[in-house]
Amino acid sequence: MSSAESNSELFALADSLIDAATTHEQIEVYISRGSSTEVRVHNGEVEHFVSAMSSGIGIRVINAGRTGFAHAGTLDADIAADVLAEARENVSFSSVDEWAALAEPDGVDVTEQELWSDELDRYPTADKIELAKQLERMTLDRDSRIRVDDTNFVDGGGEGLVATTTGIRRYGRSNSCYLSVSTLADDTDGTRTGFGFAVGAHPGEFDVERAAREGVDRATRLLGATKPASRSTTVVLDPFVTAQLLGIIGSTLSGDAVVRGRSLFADRVGESIASSAFTLVDDPTDRRAYTATDLDGEGLAARRNVLIDGGELKGFVHSSYSARRAGEATTGNAIRGGYAGSPSAGCLALQLIPGERAQADLIASIDDGVLIEGVSGLHSGVNTVSGDFSVGATGMTIRNGALAEPVREFTIASTIQRMLNDIIEVGADLEWLPMRASGPSLVIRDVMVSGSS
Amino acid sequence: MIDSDVLDRVLNEARCHGAGFAEVYAEDRRNTGVAFDDGRVDGVSSGRDRGAGIRVVNGVTTGYAHTSDLSERGLLAAARAAADAAGSASGGTVTVALDGCTAGAGTRVDVDPQSVPKARRVEMLTEVDEIARSVNGAVAQVSAGLSDSYRSVLIANSDGVFVTDEVTRVLFRVSVVADGDLGMQTGAESLGFTGGWEVFDRYSLIDLATEAAEQAVRKLHARPAPSGQLPVVIAQGTGGVLFHEACGHGLEADHIAKGASVYAGRMGELVASPLVTLVDDGTVDGEWGTRSFDDEGQPTRRNVLIENGVLVDYMWDHIRARDEQRSPSGNGRRQDYASLPMVRMTNTFVLAGEDDPADIISSTEHGVYVAKLGGGSVNTASGDFVFGMRDAYLIENGQITEPLREGNLIGNGPQVLSDIDMLGNDFAMGGPGTCGKDGQGVPVGTGQPTLRVSSMTIGGTAA
Repeated sequence: MSSAESNSELFALADSLIDAATTHEQIEVYISRGSSTEVRVHNGEVEHFVSAMSSGIGIRVINAGRTGFAHAGTLDADIAADVLAEARENVSFSSVDEWAALAEPDGVDVTEQELWSDELDRYPTADKIELAKQLERMTLDRDSRIRVDDTNFVDGGGEGLVATTTGIRRYGRSNSCYLSVSTLADDTDGTRTGFGFAVGAHPGEFDVERAAREGVDRATRLLGATKPASRSTTVVLDPFVTAQLLGIIGSTLSGDAVVRGRSLFADRVGESIASSAFTLVDDPTDRRAYTATDLDGEGLAARRNVLIDGGELKGFVHSSYSARRAGEATTGNAIRGGYAGSPSAGCLALQLIPGERAQADLIASIDDGVLIEGVSGLHSGVNTVSGDFSVGATGMTIRNGALAEPVREFTIASTIQRMLNDIIEVGADLEWLPMRASGPSLVIRDVMVSGSS
Repeated sequence: MIDSDVLDRVLNEARCHGAGFAEVYAEDRRNTGVAFDDGRVDGVSSGRDRGAGIRVVNGVTTGYAHTSDLSERGLLAAARAAADAAGSASGGTVTVALDGCTAGAGTRVDVDPQSVPKARRVEMLTEVDEIARSVNGAVAQVSAGLSDSYRSVLIANSDGVFVTDEVTRVLFRVSVVADGDLGMQTGAESLGFTGGWEVFDRYSLIDLATEAAEQAVRKLHARPAPSGQLPVVIAQGTGGVLFHEACGHGLEADHIAKGASVYAGRMGELVASPLVTLVDDGTVDGEWGTRSFDDEGQPTRRNVLIENGVLVDYMWDHIRARDEQRSPSGNGRRQDYASLPMVRMTNTFVLAGEDDPADIISSTEHGVYVAKLGGGSVNTASGDFVFGMRDAYLIENGQITEPLREGNLIGNGPQVLSDIDMLGNDFAMGGPGTCGKDGQGVPVGTGQPTLRVSSMTIGGTAA
């Protein structure tokens, strides 16, 4: 949360719209304004430099159970008035939904966090370019087999506010940045790829060396990779892959999916749905999370919610709508896709609670398996309603407790339900990633590897 | 949208540091959407976005800035920001003077979507919901949406391009959840059209809703897909995404220039089965990736990329085509004014072959028949790609038999293209797709006849 000076004009715009509400009308105004830069370097030169500023307004109107929404990519007051008129018009075409209503202040205090870095805000453009060039150089210098596809410095900062006729009036601002490199390694058999990145509240926290090392290792380790034999085996998911799996699991725990009959786990609260090693929380109040935030999309305090505790399903993430419909309290999990989106229920910053052993120790316990370092096709081969799970993969064979030859062009498959129960162990190596979820290495048994037959 | 003398001044400001190329891309976009879910109208939304992006290319460096302020002051500020971002060059300032503007043909629209009352859209979706639910008692949930977008664009650059164009698109989607003893399954269909509301006179939403519901219900008793390598037959119209991923992205000149494509350096070589002729064509009437001009103001056209298995061309954007002194291919596209243009596909398809589709199935002893594909993705550098099967069946003794659960298929682009051993005479375009690249989504079309790949890796769970 932050001071009032810069936001008074935004509140003035919001208030002018809210004040127009008629007796039976609820109005919510969501305003965002931000800027971002993206520097891409290639061969020691800037390939592109994108400097972006955006702002917009989204207005939701609810009247007698009917909801309408409209948005515009500007904060011009005249256009904002048109947006309100459009949202009102849209109300008249909507159906009555007995649960439709805006969020109400729920008395939960905002967890104060340092979401804005002045150091990042003041970071000179020339230094952003230099950081990207430095990462490219360090990556190339590590290994002669490496080429760099591109190196990027990306940052963004913005402010947003939510104001409603129900008494919500909240403002927040945050900024973030990361540095990334995409690598290529060649051998006679073809080209393999990798990536590395660095995250931090500001560039001073970047571990550039590590980004270079990971970018090189991921690509070169795959040199000579072949298609593995098809078999049911144990897989170890690298933290980057775990994070992607957590994102999928999170979507099955959305209150919207539950109340609309699309969740695998509806009616399972209080039951064991996962291995006892598995404890999943959504914690946007942990500043280490890339998507840490103090407010949800409806302007309520973001909070720590335990979703699965020792394998037992504790509950779902709710917006005020899904909570009202489920007969529960909101968990402060309204998400929205910027000013152009209406709120829905979703996870804000998932975190899998780490176990005790390092990845190498996990691998040492496995006779036959595969370390999964990359996956593809999560949008095409995973169905969060049926639970079917099938993704393309790359990685390293595990033989007799040690990493052996690299493998590629295979899939791993199971179902979301089975994988949760087939988790053998959770690693200690929790890694913070520029993603909505973070986790450590994860060991899952009886996963079907499909490769050569 | 913007006067030509203002554009001249903005382009000159953009080149104040001596850059060789500058461009203004302005757009005004309106969207209307009605969403239906859970038996009721779930949301009615409207949106309006307008703004301009200024691009300055100085040697190898591109500077880009955008603004939602289309006044001369706002444009000049963005031009200066883009010029600063691109850095200084020794080229000296050259004054641009734009000649007359070329207006694009625009999208042919018989029934303007804006003229269709929202109440009518609600009616259509209500009927879709009722029909889908009536298909089978197992149908548990239906979600459907109707949306349209209108986009007016203006593109002017220091090479003298000055065009305006208008694009109208409509989109329908329906997805269904069926619930059975073995859990839930889903079915989905969509229809996208570059044009107006008249598309709904040509295609029946009722048929699409029925098919989505039947798909979900069929899968309730689907068995796990096989694992390992098998022949795969892909139905007409649904498998274009295979080519989009197996070679489309790999033929984009930006990946080629960086040596990040398996197809780099292979011009004139056999990269696919001689049965395969691959075309990217942004001019096909009504298709989802169709435009009069690309987003750099170049006319779209039909480009043959692979001819009888031989690689004959890549896809190009304006700057790379200019630097190579070749004619542009009309493949410079962007998501919106806030995004840099990139080399992108439009409508990408494989031309018909000579096989009878029935023979393709009957001559397959044991394999997988994919009636409907999902999305896909590719690593252009390694060539490894995946795509999902949304509606698939086992082929046993030359017959389509049991339905299979969902999963991905994986293969390597050049290998899979050369393993295409049968190609049907039943060409069809497929449904609307959104192609993602570097965080930008653009509408694309795909198409192909029924075809067989002699061996692909099926990502199922059955041994």
